[in-house]
Amino acid sequence: MDQFTINLLFVGASFALYIGIAIWARAGSTSEFYAAGRGVHPVTNGMATAADWMSAASFISMAGLIAFVGYDNSTYLMGWTGGYVLLALLLAPYLRKFGKFTVSEFIGDRFYSPTARMVAVICLIVASVTYVIGQMTGVGVAFGRFLEVSNTTGLLIGAVVVFAYAVFGGMKGVTYTQVAQYCVLILAYTIPAIFISLQLTGNPVPALGLFGTEASSGEPLLMKLDQIVRELGFGEYTAHNGDTFNMVLFTLSLMIGTAGLPHVIMRFFTVPKVSDARWSAGWALVFIALLYLTAPAVGAMARFNITDQFWPNGVSGEPVSVETIESDPSYAWMETWQKTSMLGWEDKNGDGKIAYFNDKNADTVAMMEAAGWGSENELTNFNRDILVLANPEIANLPGWVIGLVAAGGLAAALSTAAGLLLAISSAVSHDLLKGQLTPDMSEKNELMSARIAMAVAIAVATYLGLNPPGFAAQTVALAFGLAAASIFPVLMMGIFTKVNNKGAVAGMLAGLIVTLVYIFLHKGWFFVPGTNSFTDADPLLGTIKSTSFGAVGAMINFAVAFTVSKMTAPIPREIEELVESVRIPRGAGAAVDGH
Amino acid sequence: MADQTTNPAAQAEADKGYWAANVRIILVSLVIWAIVPFGFGILLRPALSGITIGGSDLGFWVAQQGSILVFLALIFFYAFRMNKLDKEYGVDEE
Repeated sequence: MDQFTINLLFVGASFALYIGIAIWARAGSTSEFYAAGRGVHPVTNGMATAADWMSAASFISMAGLIAFVGYDNSTYLMGWTGGYVLLALLLAPYLRKFGKFTVSEFIGDRFYSPTARMVAVICLIVASVTYVIGQMTGVGVAFGRFLEVSNTTGLLIGAVVVFAYAVFGGMKGVTYTQVAQYCVLILAYTIPAIFISLQLTGNPVPALGLFGTEASSGEPLLMKLDQIVRELGFGEYTAHNGDTFNMVLFTLSLMIGTAGLPHVIMRFFTVPKVSDARWSAGWALVFIALLYLTAPAVGAMARFNITDQFWPNGVSGEPVSVETIESDPSYAWMETWQKTSMLGWEDKNGDGKIAYFNDKNADTVAMMEAAGWGSENELTNFNRDILVLANPEIANLPGWVIGLVAAGGLAAALSTAAGLLLAISSAVSHDLLKGQLTPDMSEKNELMSARIAMAVAIAVATYLGLNPPGFAAQTVALAFGLAAASIFPVLMMGIFTKVNNKGAVAGMLAGLIVTLVYIFLHKGWFFVPGTNSFTDADPLLGTIKSTSFGAVGAMINFAVAFTVSKMTAPIPREIEELVESVRIPRGAGAAVDGH
Repeated sequence: MADQTTNPAAQAEADKGYWAANVRIILVSLVIWAIVPFGFGILLRPALSGITIGGSDLGFWVAQQGSILVFLALIFFYAFRMNKLDKEYGVDEE
């Protein structure tokens, strides 16, 4: 059986499983559609949250970004897990006690202001749509590879599948489907990692193998990797080569953003009790950590294997020849990925070899010229987002592992896209239409408008996903910056302080607008390529990249909210009582629909 | 503390104490939450580079894996501690 058939089989079987579960648990009423009847156990909820949360960014993109940068991109690992601490300590239990369905409902009630609720809905939509753009990038990579078509065709097919998938059921369908998706994606991520760790270090646990010794040389793997990449003219893998201030700020933005994302927060509305909300956040992180502790090993080992493929006898030997790439089966992955136009190589000096090195490093260029391999890097294109999916092929793993990884990558992208589309559609139909514009809308029309909102969101995300502002994880990081700057601060102030309505509205608007403008100035207005005035290599303010600006936006949000609140009327008595009741678990009944 | 539920003034007092205790636990937890990744993982890494772990140093390990383990420990500690505190102050859901 050829690889294409195996991939189709694995992807097809996993889809049949998800759709089967979705039909079995089809949502009937509006409240089931949004919050799954509130009967979800903390462990189940944690697993579903993990699937919802770990998207194309975590599964497909992150290890690739770590592989080609090393230590400096540990920011993704720390940032995307550290946010759960904020969520568990500062938000989840109190929002569960409050007991409504959506984040914007809390903001509207706590700040006794329909305007605050509207602004919150807008913030949610902006952050979620940006997030979906990142997912679509990942979906394009995954579908492009396993259908062996170009990235663009893969993206268009993926968009249709995601849409069909998301309208099938509400959160109830999604909760149990996401448990299945978690199982598929964690197996797909760890099994190839275990194989590769065994090959390279003899240790079956990749997270430990990363700090183990490389089997063939007997030296520590990381030391060996540092040496190889240094010889090719790149910065050492474990060294800190970038800017420290930006690294701190970026990590902080991802952390705060994690605790401000509506589709993750919504999960904590669905547990039965306040104490369960606390445990749920912990369980979610347990299931997330299984992937996040493996990811740095995947990155480092892939970088090692790729370098080894291009320099089979080390840098002092000969680079791989074009003939070997075209005929040797262990290089077949290069031919397959070339079809997606996300991998490219060119024998620029016509010596029949493909020399891969850093041609921005003058010393290395001199060395390569002296050895006769030319002055230019001949691995012309290596899209970071293909690394995880290509990894099992690079390591020559069996065909079924490659099929499993394709299914896992799609599970990651689909589950998150579905969760986000649900958050967007509930924001539009529940908060915007039913909550504000047409309060007497029937349940049937509400469900219909929810689905129309999904369709519009996915169309916009697909269009922008064709020319994404970065690799999947980088685009997703922008969404986190927006959530960090707009949603998290008002939620926290709503629980821990007595900030008033005007303060909250001013804070959210200031945080969102400043951050959005900063991002647009660097990534293009509405992410349209070429309309940017600055680049992240040379940012407007010091070394602050647009991806790191979320933390600054959050500070602006806090500062503006406190200042405006001080200058205006204090909160009324009944809101003070609401704040006090949210702080105490006692009497947390089943949550109710706000309308 | 069963009588608190029947005496509103005492209950309000207990609720204040509960919230103050909660905020203290949160502050201590957040200090650890900040020091581990930003301190050990990034800013203090050069100072601690003498401590080697499997081919690299402590700071590299903290940045890639250690902080995740600390985050996990913090969340479970907080859930455990707070569920006990709920009962101590009679504010739990039962």
